[in-house]
Amino acid sequence: MTTYAEYQTGEPVVDGKAPSGPVGERWDTRRFEAKLVNPANRRKHTVIVVGTGLAGGSAGATLAEQGYHVVQFCYQDSPRRAHSIAAQGGINAAKNYRNDGDSIHRLFYDTVKGGDFRARESNVHRLAQISVEIIDQCVAQGVPFAREYGGLLDTRSFGGVQVSRTFYARGQTGQQLLLGAYQALSRQIAAGNVEMHARTEMLDLIVIDGRARGIVARDLVTGRIDTYFADAVVLASGGYGNVFYLSTNAMNSNATAIWRAHRRGAYFANPCFTQIHPTCIPRTGDHQSKLTLMSESLRNDGRIWVPKAKGDTRPAGQIPEDERDYYLERIYPSFGNLVPRDIASRAAKNVCDEGRGVGPGGQGVYLDFADAIKRMGRGAVEAKYGNLFDMYQRITDEDPYEVPMRIYPAVHYTMGGLWVDYDLQTTIPGLFAIGEANFSDHGANRLGASALMQGLADGYFVLPSTINDYLARNPHHEDVTVDHPVVQEVRAETEDRLNLLLSVDGDRTPDSFHREVGELMWEFCGMARTDSGLRKALERIPQIREEFWRRIKVPGTGEEFNQSLEKANRVVDYLELAELMCLDALHRAESCGGHFREESQTADGEAARKDDEFAYAAAWEFTSTGSAPVLHKEDLVFEYVHPTQRSYA
Amino acid sequence: MKLTLRVWRQKNADADGAMSTYEVDGISTDMSFLEMLDTLNEELILRGEDPVAFDHDCREGICGACSLVINGDAHGPERTTTCQLHMRSFQDGDTIDIEPWRASAFPVIKDLVVDRSAFDRIIQAGGYITAPTGAAPEAHATPVPKPDADFAFENAECIGCGACVAACPNGAAMLFTSAKVNHLNVLPQGAPERETRVLDMVAQMDDEGFGGCTLAGECATACPKGIPLVSITSMNKEWLRATRKVAKR
Amino acid sequence: MARTVWDSSVGKKTVMAVSGLIMLLYLIVHMIGNLKIFFGAGEFNHYAHWLRTVGEPFMHYEWTLWLVRVVLVVAVVAHAVSAYQLSRRDIRARPSKYVHKKPRASYATRTMRWGGIILGLFIVWHILDLTTGTVHSGGFQEGHPYQNVVDTFSTWYGNVIYIVAMLALGLHVRHGFWSAAQTLGAGSRTRDRALKTIANVLALLLTAGFIAVPVGVMTGVVS
Repeated sequence: MTTYAEYQTGEPVVDGKAPSGPVGERWDTRRFEAKLVNPANRRKHTVIVVGTGLAGGSAGATLAEQGYHVVQFCYQDSPRRAHSIAAQGGINAAKNYRNDGDSIHRLFYDTVKGGDFRARESNVHRLAQISVEIIDQCVAQGVPFAREYGGLLDTRSFGGVQVSRTFYARGQTGQQLLLGAYQALSRQIAAGNVEMHARTEMLDLIVIDGRARGIVARDLVTGRIDTYFADAVVLASGGYGNVFYLSTNAMNSNATAIWRAHRRGAYFANPCFTQIHPTCIPRTGDHQSKLTLMSESLRNDGRIWVPKAKGDTRPAGQIPEDERDYYLERIYPSFGNLVPRDIASRAAKNVCDEGRGVGPGGQGVYLDFADAIKRMGRGAVEAKYGNLFDMYQRITDEDPYEVPMRIYPAVHYTMGGLWVDYDLQTTIPGLFAIGEANFSDHGANRLGASALMQGLADGYFVLPSTINDYLARNPHHEDVTVDHPVVQEVRAETEDRLNLLLSVDGDRTPDSFHREVGELMWEFCGMARTDSGLRKALERIPQIREEFWRRIKVPGTGEEFNQSLEKANRVVDYLELAELMCLDALHRAESCGGHFREESQTADGEAARKDDEFAYAAAWEFTSTGSAPVLHKEDLVFEYVHPTQRSYA
Repeated sequence: MKLTLRVWRQKNADADGAMSTYEVDGISTDMSFLEMLDTLNEELILRGEDPVAFDHDCREGICGACSLVINGDAHGPERTTTCQLHMRSFQDGDTIDIEPWRASAFPVIKDLVVDRSAFDRIIQAGGYITAPTGAAPEAHATPVPKPDADFAFENAECIGCGACVAACPNGAAMLFTSAKVNHLNVLPQGAPERETRVLDMVAQMDDEGFGGCTLAGECATACPKGIPLVSITSMNKEWLRATRKVAKR
Repeated sequence: MARTVWDSSVGKKTVMAVSGLIMLLYLIVHMIGNLKIFFGAGEFNHYAHWLRTVGEPFMHYEWTLWLVRVVLVVAVVAHAVSAYQLSRRDIRARPSKYVHKKPRASYATRTMRWGGIILGLFIVWHILDLTTGTVHSGGFQEGHPYQNVVDTFSTWYGNVIYIVAMLALGLHVRHGFWSAAQTLGAGSRTRDRALKTIANVLALLLTAGFIAVPVGVMTGVVS
């Protein structure tokens, strides 16, 4: 018997959709080559969209505007609540309104480099091109971006770049962009072009004759399980950061949609690429249910430090200047506190591991605004960061105007996701993945203010163009009905799974298992990973899974509003996904971006990438639960941005 | 901390509900209110009882899902969302009453969970700018004076939680509706639909069965995002303006 | 347009605001007229007579007065019907109360409904008492308002009814005036203090001005 870690390597996976030719022309070429659907025929096509965040909301609205019949789902009570809403900082666009040397090419370059050379050049360039149109679109929808006194849009510089290309709406950019997409979607719902199912969660994918033809979903209010059919299915269900239990994700964000699609044949790419955000509020105790992010923009004016001496428990104010270590400024003099997220996070972990961390448990570093307040005055600091300071004070009961904030890294974003080609189509024909749900354009590390850009680029512009090609080439399928044997089978499997969860009647809650696997992942597949640690995790996960099915307790029935059942069913998928993440992290014996392998570092402790061995995206094919998956490599070719060791010193 | 909770329990939309009493112990002052409820629910599950259902998601005060009336206050004693309310606002030995939003337009689904889809339908009635993807002009084509942009933003901060309705003695949705109307109506991009937007949204608000405004001001006091009462005044002005304009057409 | 206004909760509030302001304007005039009682029966009765001859010779005797009466009746009916319908809507919108009760809003806001009902009943009594004389306590004399007023306020219940109603009026005006300004879109952040001050001053002046008459009778200043 082979163990899970003894995976096979299959045929390489090839992105057959990106045209060749100059990178700046590929998107135009693809749009021209893609077949179109006659406007009169679009009404006859149904497209399912799962999720209503920036990607899903914008895609649903745009597809409906084009004339498609859209059936859309979200687990929240309203499409307005998807977790894109929590993004604080901003959205990048290569508008060059500041005349500071920005361009599409520079945004492209920064993103490929920021992603540590693990993203596709074609995709990233397209993203940079579209970034410009996104801002136009959002302004036209009434998104209230920050403006200058002259009435023009304001921008700021953001995490890891040296130009001011980030558009923002105070600390609530995600909310405002999402409301824009939600309003566009609402218009289409009112027009009858989108059939919206809120409080309805996708539980499985229906694949017939090798094509995605529908989903199984549960009405979370009545518990009713239904099947929905379409000509194409779009997953916009977000990332899987909640596998770590504690993360900045929303409590109900989950991996079920993408994991079930993966089980039905969609490859899962780079699952180990997770982003640990450096500026989160440290946890206070075991009761902690989630972590709260403090916008990265705070690093523009705040200075990060720890005491020079180990175990220094004096209050921050009593530590003299020469006994403080402003470690980011010391190690990375040219970028200082503004180094990319992965680097800032790892540096924080290092100083805490050295025993120099601050706050309860030594799991924190100071983010100090004393200098900024001295330089700019308290009023200016308040105007810029007031809402964030208030939020910090509310959560910690400490006044950041008086004492430095304490921050610690936390899981924030997952760069990995379903493998998609240039058309954003997965390896299952007719199944598309957009936004954080796909393995995305961010490579091994996402730059600040790029997630909103990607979600909206996918939803407003890319998918609505590329899906035409699929639908045009596959115009006539037999209608699927509930009687189809595959439909019956998938539906029965879903019902069986839920019934099993309800019938175990053990002695542990869904949350306790979620916490256990999350802590395991944080320890062994978190900020720093080792061969031995990952092997330990791979040994432990199947045991937790086995225990789960023996001891889980879910009260109530399936025919009612049952939040414990929802949770338990999500944990089922985390317990499988966690295993794949660890395997991917184990197989990638290099450090790159958010993935840091302790065995692979330079002499001065920086991440050492191994381009000759790992310049590929790892796309995993599911076999069966607990069995080794098959690895398919997609080789990454860099024609324009040549891989170099990232340097922010 | 040790606390006594009196929680509204209601099996489903059709069942009768009542307050049930629970004791919770070992509550830390650093816990959020929802983490305190998590603690209760973990115990209830292990005792084989039905855990208390409540809406929540982002737990950062922005998604607008959480919605509890705590000791008679929507979102509790602090001006924030329930998820950002911390147990340090309570004393050891306190008895805390927890109820759902109450309004006929927000029927209870289960326990503390209510149906707020009426808000979505108000937005669908006109709370948008018709700007199909791809049709947008260059973003700098129309400058927006900063005071207008700030006014739009202040209103756009609404998270759609429904605390205004819950707090209003009349179950009115004026603060919610006005926030959205003002956000879009002040912007030049929203001008072409300015009249129909406010008329249609107010009509939908009435159709959903929300009450009328008596300017009691409870909504603005309860609003976790600080949407001011004067937003309602601005919407009234828009509504009168629109009524006059449409009559002339 | 009328349809739009009447069918909408915001429109009905507008009707209330406009009718309320008309009545408020009338009350100010009415109060100033009442104060003439302190200048003796001659001046007061002369003033009352003048009210019937305003506008002559263009208007016939009492035409102006009837015009005012018609406008007032329309305003009262519109105000009351809107209030009734809006209240019905409000009560329907909040069918179940919170178990945990809290005192809410200012006294004036909460007493708008009860205050309105008290004022409605008062108006009926007031007309039957001093206009038609139907329920007047002494011998009602047409054309001798001074004596009629003194008679009314010589009874304990006359004073009680009147003073209670005027206190209710003060509270009603205090919230109503500010509220009407908001409904008509005249409020703003910068104007809010001014509007609240005007509302308070109006409420105080009206209450004090109206109550001065029974107090004057009770203390013997007017007799």
